[in-house]
Amino acid sequence: MTIKNLIAGGALLAAGILPVAHAGATLDAVKSKGFVQCGVSTGLPGFSATNDKGEWTGLDVDVCRAVAAAVFGDASKVKYTPLTAKERFTALQSGEIDMLSRNTTWTLTRDTNLGLNFAGVNYYDGQGFMVHKSLGVKSAKELDGAAICIQAGTTTELNLADYFRSNGMKYEAITYDTSDETVKGFEAGRCDVLTSDQSQLYALRIKLKDPKGAMVLPEVISKEPLGPVVRNGDEDWLKVVRWSLFAMINAEEMGVTSKNVDQIKKTTKDPGKQRLLGLSGIKGKGLKIRDDWAYQIIKQVGNYGEAFERNVGMGSPLKIARGLNALWNKGGIQYAPPIR
Amino acid sequence: MTEQSNDEAPAAASFWRDPRKRQWIFQILVLALVGLLFAYIFHNTLFNLEKRGISTGFDFLDHEAGFNILMSLIPYDETYTYGRTFLVGLLNTLLVSAIGIVFATIIGFVVGVARLSSNWIISRLANLYIEVFRNIPLLLQILFWYFAILPLLPHPRHSIQIGELFLNKRGLYLPKPVFEPGFGWVLAALGLAVVASILVARWARRRQEATGQPFPVFWTSLGLIVFLPWLVYGLAGFPLSWDLPQLRGFNFRGGLGVIPELFALALALSIYTAAYIAEIVRSGIQSVSHGQTEAAYALGLKRGQTLRLVIIPQAMRVIIPQLTSQYLNLTKNSSLAPAIGYPDLVAVFAGTTLNQTGQAVEIIGMTMGVYLFISLAISAFMNWYNKRMALVER
Ligand SMILES: N[C@@H](CCC(=O)N[C@@H](CS)C(=O)NCC(=O)O)C(=O)O
Repeated sequence: MTIKNLIAGGALLAAGILPVAHAGATLDAVKSKGFVQCGVSTGLPGFSATNDKGEWTGLDVDVCRAVAAAVFGDASKVKYTPLTAKERFTALQSGEIDMLSRNTTWTLTRDTNLGLNFAGVNYYDGQGFMVHKSLGVKSAKELDGAAICIQAGTTTELNLADYFRSNGMKYEAITYDTSDETVKGFEAGRCDVLTSDQSQLYALRIKLKDPKGAMVLPEVISKEPLGPVVRNGDEDWLKVVRWSLFAMINAEEMGVTSKNVDQIKKTTKDPGKQRLLGLSGIKGKGLKIRDDWAYQIIKQVGNYGEAFERNVGMGSPLKIARGLNALWNKGGIQYAPPIR
Repeated sequence: MTEQSNDEAPAAASFWRDPRKRQWIFQILVLALVGLLFAYIFHNTLFNLEKRGISTGFDFLDHEAGFNILMSLIPYDETYTYGRTFLVGLLNTLLVSAIGIVFATIIGFVVGVARLSSNWIISRLANLYIEVFRNIPLLLQILFWYFAILPLLPHPRHSIQIGELFLNKRGLYLPKPVFEPGFGWVLAALGLAVVASILVARWARRRQEATGQPFPVFWTSLGLIVFLPWLVYGLAGFPLSWDLPQLRGFNFRGGLGVIPELFALALALSIYTAAYIAEIVRSGIQSVSHGQTEAAYALGLKRGQTLRLVIIPQAMRVIIPQLTSQYLNLTKNSSLAPAIGYPDLVAVFAGTTLNQTGQAVEIIGMTMGVYLFISLAISAFMNWYNKRMALVER
């Protein structure tokens, strides 16, 4: 008896080492537990940070909320796991979170070696440098010999090495675990420069005690397409996340906002909008979720443009211009496949 | 005898009735089961990793790392491999642990003895030290020393200068010795002096045991060790020069730099562990009964001799096993390094390398193996030492 139990227990244990993947595993699990477990940063204003009421807000958080709205019709059905750059992939691989929406750059190695799938790009970024104004540095080319604070486990670490090597310059990298320590190290003067994706530099700058004492240099040294990530081998879930993001972008393109969506749903004759709002076409069948999934996203979270302006754009302390993140027909490169 | 046993075990009973054999069989069965279980877990893990498209194996150790490490005891830059980052991290872990162990031991012994001082203020102060540093979480202490010291230091352009020594937010910069040909002789002379001192010490002890006459071993050895190398150094034409640190651009170049991360981490580890060592030393000394001291005095030994020859050897037997576990703790605690950016094994290998390659199973396995090995090595050494000390008993 006991030995049988032992074997059964052992087998369970072994099977539990990694959750066994099948195509619909995550979507089914999410549906049955009733919420999405979403990995976010430990606090990056504008992308994922808690507000004074203790609620998570930000552009990355809005992707989590969009997925919850699509699956449950309720954007608040999300639980958040704050993760440092170093922890994030292990958390996703091990099944601790269902999706990762934490300013994560899509790269070849990550896409192919880590057992992950990138669902899309919700922010086109590039790496930049922030320096103390008192140094009088105007360009990254003047940084030979500088001490540079970075966060461990980021693409930032690698780009930095490439940039300095190809420009024949030397540097000293002080690598911290969390963004709080990185900022503190910069403030305490341990390093001359803090480097990170540019959007994050603006976000971290408003965390400084004296934001005016620091400036962001003009150079952008890399491509950082940031987007939500899911585990490999779970196509159903990948598609739900991917199309939740696409719905937000398509809604902006069609001019459907959280304010006018009800009105449009009632009156529209435009077949494109009808398909978007689940009035005709394939609706939610292909994604195996509710028919009005995109309507729920737009109603509760808003379209991509609304989310951008609210979190990082002109309606936020960060005041980042749309730039690359404008729609493809407005001078940017944000582009989503059509809903049809 | 033989006949009797024949009677009692007719026809060697059945195999299953013999409790000894049965025990063996069960043991082997359990062992085999555990082995199978592990094999199954191993296989299952590999299978799942494969299925998820997560790379496995140790090939990554040969791939170019491509990231910078703040401090390295061996040559390293971005073009070296992940295997090299393992070594760099390992050496940095060993360095900070070794420094921590030395200073924790020194501070710990001083505080431990002070704790027993008959001077009320000194013993209260020692007690305060122990209570404060033992009860504040180590991580907080590390962060405190790091972020408390940093703002006090000046920017490189306004470094504190003492002779050719510079101190600023980037660290402490010292002249670096450059050994020129001929310096080998000086080292040889030093080695010779050390060997000679050991021989003198042996001879002196034997003589003292035989005749009772003491010999000033300490001063003789000191003389030998200081004088001989200097003499050779002069004879060889002073074959040593210094690479001086110089301010260029953002910071000092050349010289020998000690980064503040190493300083803060070693300091925090030493101070924290010393509080425990002090208590161990106190209990060790108190375990030697006062009668021993009185007996030593009655034999006419001086105070210092009593402490050195009677009390400490006996106290050591109590102290050493506990000291071992403190050394182990210190080494393991050094893995808090990533919090302040000291590039130890956990920060460099289990941190950045893991994140860049994603091979968690292999990397965490290797890292755990290292800590296990260090722990076993320290405790093996201490067991050996302990045995030697224990033999002194008559
Ligand atoms: N996009 C880069 C960098 C991402 C990253 O972690 N950036 C830091 C900037 S300092 C951050 O967001 N830290 C926030 C945190 O650790 O919670 C990557 O994917 O590797």
